[in-house]
Amino acid sequence: MVRFFANANYDFVGVRRYAYGVTAVLLTVGFLALLIRGINYSVEFTGGTLVRITTQAPMDVAKVRAGLEGQGIRGPEIVQFGNDREYVIRARTAKLGTDADNTQETRKAVTSVLDQVLGAGTYQVGRAEAVGPKVGGELRQKALLAILLSFVAVLIYLAYRFEWRFGLAAVIATAHDILTTLGFIAVIKLEVSLVVVGAILSMVGYSLNDTIIIFDRVRENLRKMKGVTFEEVLNRSVNETLPRSVLTHGTTLSSLLALAIFGGEVIRPFALVMFFGVFTGTFSSIYIAPPVLIWIEKKWPGAAVKALAARPAPNKPAPPAGRKAQPAT
Amino acid sequence: MHSIRNRLILIGALVALSIFYLFPRSQTIRERGQDGVMRDVVVTRVPLKRGLDLQGGMHLALELDQARKVSADPARDIDLALTVLRKRIDEFGVAEPLIQKSGSDRIVVELAGISDPARAKAVVQRSAFLEFRITDKAGALDKVIPAMDRVLRSLGVQGGAVLAKTPTAVQKLLGDSTKKTDSSAADTGPGILAGLIQPASGPNIGAMPGEYMVAEAAYPRVDSLLNIAEVQKTLPRNLSLRWASAPLSVGVDSYRLLYALDERPIVTGTSLVDASAQIDPLTNGAIVVFELDRAGGRKFGAETGRHVGDYMAILLDDQVQGRPPVIQSRIDRRGQITLGNKTLQEAQDLALTLKAGALPVPLKIVEERQVSASLGKDSIQQGITAGVVGTAMVILIMVGFYRMSGGLSIAALGLYLLFTLGGLSMVGATLTLPGLAGIVLSIGIAVDANVLIFERIREELIHGKTVRLSVDEGFKHAMNAIVDSNVATVLTALFLFQFGTGPVKGFAVTLIMGIAASMITAVFVTRTFFMIWLQRRPALTTLSI
Repeated sequence: MVRFFANANYDFVGVRRYAYGVTAVLLTVGFLALLIRGINYSVEFTGGTLVRITTQAPMDVAKVRAGLEGQGIRGPEIVQFGNDREYVIRARTAKLGTDADNTQETRKAVTSVLDQVLGAGTYQVGRAEAVGPKVGGELRQKALLAILLSFVAVLIYLAYRFEWRFGLAAVIATAHDILTTLGFIAVIKLEVSLVVVGAILSMVGYSLNDTIIIFDRVRENLRKMKGVTFEEVLNRSVNETLPRSVLTHGTTLSSLLALAIFGGEVIRPFALVMFFGVFTGTFSSIYIAPPVLIWIEKKWPGAAVKALAARPAPNKPAPPAGRKAQPAT
Repeated sequence: MHSIRNRLILIGALVALSIFYLFPRSQTIRERGQDGVMRDVVVTRVPLKRGLDLQGGMHLALELDQARKVSADPARDIDLALTVLRKRIDEFGVAEPLIQKSGSDRIVVELAGISDPARAKAVVQRSAFLEFRITDKAGALDKVIPAMDRVLRSLGVQGGAVLAKTPTAVQKLLGDSTKKTDSSAADTGPGILAGLIQPASGPNIGAMPGEYMVAEAAYPRVDSLLNIAEVQKTLPRNLSLRWASAPLSVGVDSYRLLYALDERPIVTGTSLVDASAQIDPLTNGAIVVFELDRAGGRKFGAETGRHVGDYMAILLDDQVQGRPPVIQSRIDRRGQITLGNKTLQEAQDLALTLKAGALPVPLKIVEERQVSASLGKDSIQQGITAGVVGTAMVILIMVGFYRMSGGLSIAALGLYLLFTLGGLSMVGATLTLPGLAGIVLSIGIAVDANVLIFERIREELIHGKTVRLSVDEGFKHAMNAIVDSNVATVLTALFLFQFGTGPVKGFAVTLIMGIAASMITAVFVTRTFFMIWLQRRPALTTLSI
């Protein structure tokens, strides 16, 4: 039997104060990046035009830019990626003097400039998007609503399956994950597209999953264990689920790694966000959710925790809390 | 024993069902061939639908363009437009198009696998409002031009005044040429419009009543001047002005023709019952031959009979197509539209839009997404590569860690993939690029349930329980965690489905289907495998886990 962490008894809960430091640093860096850089929304959300082309020869970027500006498109972004034959052209604002929700004028202007500079038929359009600001605004609203509503739904479900204290702790841990992930997105200057929002929501699901599995163990141990503090129950539960965490995160990370390397340019942002999400989700399941639960239970003690305190140790004293103390019995 | 047999029968049934839904089958598709003729084509393929981002295609969102024409009843007009678009796209010949209303004021059109997006866009967006009008014979425009110029002067439009008021990008580009004409048409001169609009004449242009020409460079400026409300008021009630659809070259100069037309059309496209594209044997140019219904034909015949010798302008979406032909004799139900130097394909597209009917109000495209077929193919290839590599790594980890039991879970993982794809095909879901990523990701996540169960079994074994009891208890105790965590994931996926557009919706559906399949395989299938394993070895005391 290959076992990692067979009888692990790390003092996860005891070192939570250091973890708060890590969280504080992560959140501060994230907030600073968000404040300074802001979120770089894709044209799907802001409205605008995007054309991805493959050319036959390296393109004269300056000439295309000048052409676009001459057509009344302010500040076009031209990015080369992959090799020197592939470019993405973005125009965030509509062509001057046109109805911005009528996306076609800008789109036509981009095509005519490319036809002029490169020659019609000498380049291939791989992907094109033209989104009006109205459609983009609606999408942004919907995305925000989806994240908030999924929070409420999960809170209600957890309140039903566990109790509201557990649900609240899980949701706070998830909020932490979203904040750190947004910070991560700002730090690596990732463009927030629909796919990235999808990754954030999947990451929320994954992180909740992780928290729930630990809480499930807590619920079970609360009924079983005697003569220990609530902190010790939490610590035991985290330790007992550790092998599962390591294995599942391992398989998930390897899938994500495969996606990031081989999945192509549309999927890579998704894989990156999820990759980070696995780490922050694991961290929050161990260092955010349990301490928050301790805090909530102290403030508004629940029946199960009261019952635990009333249950004395059977005959031998409780194992002393501390790093690598006693193996689990 | 019975239990194992029943379980195997159920698993076999699920496998058979999945294979049935994934088995390639023949489908008949109506397509337009190279020669432009619609025909039924039989293709054999896996029935799992692929999204636009995987097979290439175009997604359009359209709204009524009320800036161009105000709709009296938007709710009715959007439904009308939907019907018209359905007919047009049906004629255009795209396999399995999606045309539906989104919300109350938007139409979504998805055309998969089209090779010429620009053409499809034109077919969707063209209003196709056809009218026939007689050109003005009385020289009414010549008479009102001085009045128009007086109005413009009283409004303070002198030279570049309008330019300063509403500078558009187009006018800026034309700065030079307009300045020149401005200085020649100064206050005391013959007036701004009088200087810019002249009766059509030239080497190839015979005198035709009601035809005028404007230098192409000055066309946008004249157009904006003519559109000023006060200028419009000076026009006689039965007269309207329309531009030609394309510029006309006279020697090195380029002109835009302007027509003074009767306000009242003699007949409109609503009377049209058939239209088809042809090549005119005389000129070798493309023409559209049309046929009117009975009532329309009677009216057309009566009007053309009265106007023999007059010129008749053919207007499509308020632009005059070609130069108005002279009416040589009474025309009844059949007629033709000459398209000049357009290709046969363009004529075909025009014919099909005319036949499908006009849009009640012009549509504007508020969203366009387009992916080429080759990029889609690359995406599928990349997805498969990532999937194979990901699966190999997961197999390595699971077998390395859990040995024989890991092997069992990998066998279950194979069934998991089969069930997920089969389930997607069964509910008619569309596999998109993010969905493909979702499947690859879920391979990693799907083993989670197995990991939870195996860890439980190990704990029970360590506690000294027998193999059989440990397996039973392991499955039993892990259930809570598996159900709770999966329900939470499904909840987030449901919201993702609710808000997402095509590709992300596909991801959510894949995720939900994947969780359902992973519950079945991890809990039910793996359990059955264990049962078989244990039954064959009644004396087993150790478990490879």
